[in-house]
Amino acid sequence: MSIAATTARQVTLATGKSKDKTPVSLAFLIALWFSMFFGVLVLLALIVNTAIDGSTRFDSELLTNYASIVRPESSGFRAGILGSLWLMVFTALLAVPLGISAALYLEEFADPTTRWNRFVEVNLQNLAAVPAIVYGLLAVAIMALLGFQNAGIVLGGALALALLILPVIIITTREAVRAVPREIRQGSLALGATVWQTTWRQTLPSAIPGIATGTILGLSRAIGEAAPLVVVGLAGSVLFDPEGVMSRITALPMQIYSLTSNSREELQQAASAAIIVLLVMVLGLNALAIFIRNKFQRSW
Amino acid sequence: MSTSATAGPTGPSSGTGLSAAVDLSPKSRPGERVITVVLQLSAYASIAITFGIIAALIQPVTEFFSEVPFGDFFAFDGTYAVLPLVTATLMVTLIALLVAVPLGLGAALYLSEYASRRARKILKPTVELLAGVPSVVYGFFALTFVTPTLLQEILALDVGFTNALAAGLVLGVMIIPTIASLAEDAFSAVPQAMRQGSLAMGANRMQTSLRVVFPAALSGVAAAVVLGMSRAIGETMIVTLAAGALKQFSLDPRDGMQTMTGFMATTAGGENPVGSVAYNNLFAVGMLLFVITLVLNLVSISFVRRFRQVY
Repeated sequence: MSIAATTARQVTLATGKSKDKTPVSLAFLIALWFSMFFGVLVLLALIVNTAIDGSTRFDSELLTNYASIVRPESSGFRAGILGSLWLMVFTALLAVPLGISAALYLEEFADPTTRWNRFVEVNLQNLAAVPAIVYGLLAVAIMALLGFQNAGIVLGGALALALLILPVIIITTREAVRAVPREIRQGSLALGATVWQTTWRQTLPSAIPGIATGTILGLSRAIGEAAPLVVVGLAGSVLFDPEGVMSRITALPMQIYSLTSNSREELQQAASAAIIVLLVMVLGLNALAIFIRNKFQRSW
Repeated sequence: MSTSATAGPTGPSSGTGLSAAVDLSPKSRPGERVITVVLQLSAYASIAITFGIIAALIQPVTEFFSEVPFGDFFAFDGTYAVLPLVTATLMVTLIALLVAVPLGLGAALYLSEYASRRARKILKPTVELLAGVPSVVYGFFALTFVTPTLLQEILALDVGFTNALAAGLVLGVMIIPTIASLAEDAFSAVPQAMRQGSLAMGANRMQTSLRVVFPAALSGVAAAVVLGMSRAIGETMIVTLAAGALKQFSLDPRDGMQTMTGFMATTAGGENPVGSVAYNNLFAVGMLLFVITLVLNLVSISFVRRFRQVY
């Protein structure tokens, strides 16, 4: 939003406030406050409730042991945590270069007025809202085309997650690229640089904080997602570390999902503790993204 | 233009020596061309994904319908009946929208009409954090807290271990940010002059918000609600865990009922061999889900376009 618009808003806020003292408008304001903070309260309840349930299991065995039904009190999530990290790396390798180049093409090279490019635009917006589980079905089909009968491996999981977050990465990258002022491009072009030289040396470096924020948010979504992984056929638990892209793995959300069907007290506690680990990973990535946005993003 | 006039005769072969002439004709740059094509291909990959989804679904779906008649699929009873799944999905979605629409729009109005710029900078990421929580975590929360503690103990409702109510409530919390963020865009797009006009007539901020800003942003609000609905229909883990795995037609939210996505997750996680009718049933339900969300997304996108055009 431009500075002019925000100052205008602040001025009107100042004038509107004096008439806000009637009971009805105060009640309205309280209702708005409530809707603002209801979600946060739920999130707090969720974290506190889960942390209390899992408090008995905050030990190093939670991170270093494999899952065990024989000794549920020391069952751990080593395979899930490692699996999630592997998935995140390979998802990023698949989705980030493709997403950034697609976004650069759409912003810097394509003519947005043509019917074809408007179709690409609508298509992207739709893809961002396609249910995650459908991407699992697509990943299964692609893996079958590539000749893999069992898609429950690093490659299959990463493929499903990469398909899922690709639209998110493209859309956020486009926004970041669009925010770079036109004058920077024109200056570069006027000095004789080609469109690609301008994009690579001027636009892209200026847009990196925004791109990083979008990419990290996309990856944090990928790391918490379980639905496409269920469809791809990732195991609920494995008892070895991932060794390569063909290695069968599990993921932290998958392990949590498979534990919910087991009613044993110790395993429920372990699941609660694992949820805290997952939340730390996901919310940590979110916090990192917000930090990068606030710290490095330039406003022109 | 005088330089180009003198440079003209030397032509494209002017690269030799220290000739002062500048060649302004477009130079062929093979490297540049390759890069453009690579970028173009990656942009079109997104189209390929859409068609890939359709292609991936079509083959199992035709196989499915070659063995199961249409009438058995779009029926309320039977092994392959999809309508109980659809009604369960609608039930859970309705509950979720009852939670998320008022709260999401309230949060959006607060952010756009009341919050100071600095407050907005902190509050907006906080609301969006709710969308970042993994859905399996929400599902676990619905199963271990909302149903036993909130519904059974505190509200003393006679609900089952899995029920549509708990799933819908938690799902509603999850889609609050979706609705809030799109609606806030729409509210912010309402021109400042309209607010000032209202305030100048003596209206307070509540009257301005409800009678001027809200109606002016109605198409954006509609877009937000429809997108939230699409998200709720497609969300999987919450309903798989909390709404149950029993396929049944019921209009009582206290019952457990399997939704479309819940069915897909359960079937995919099961032991059905690839290519069997039960396995292909998964793709048929997936196709229906894809079509429903596609229609809702397109409706939402066209609403968004409308409010972007008006202002």
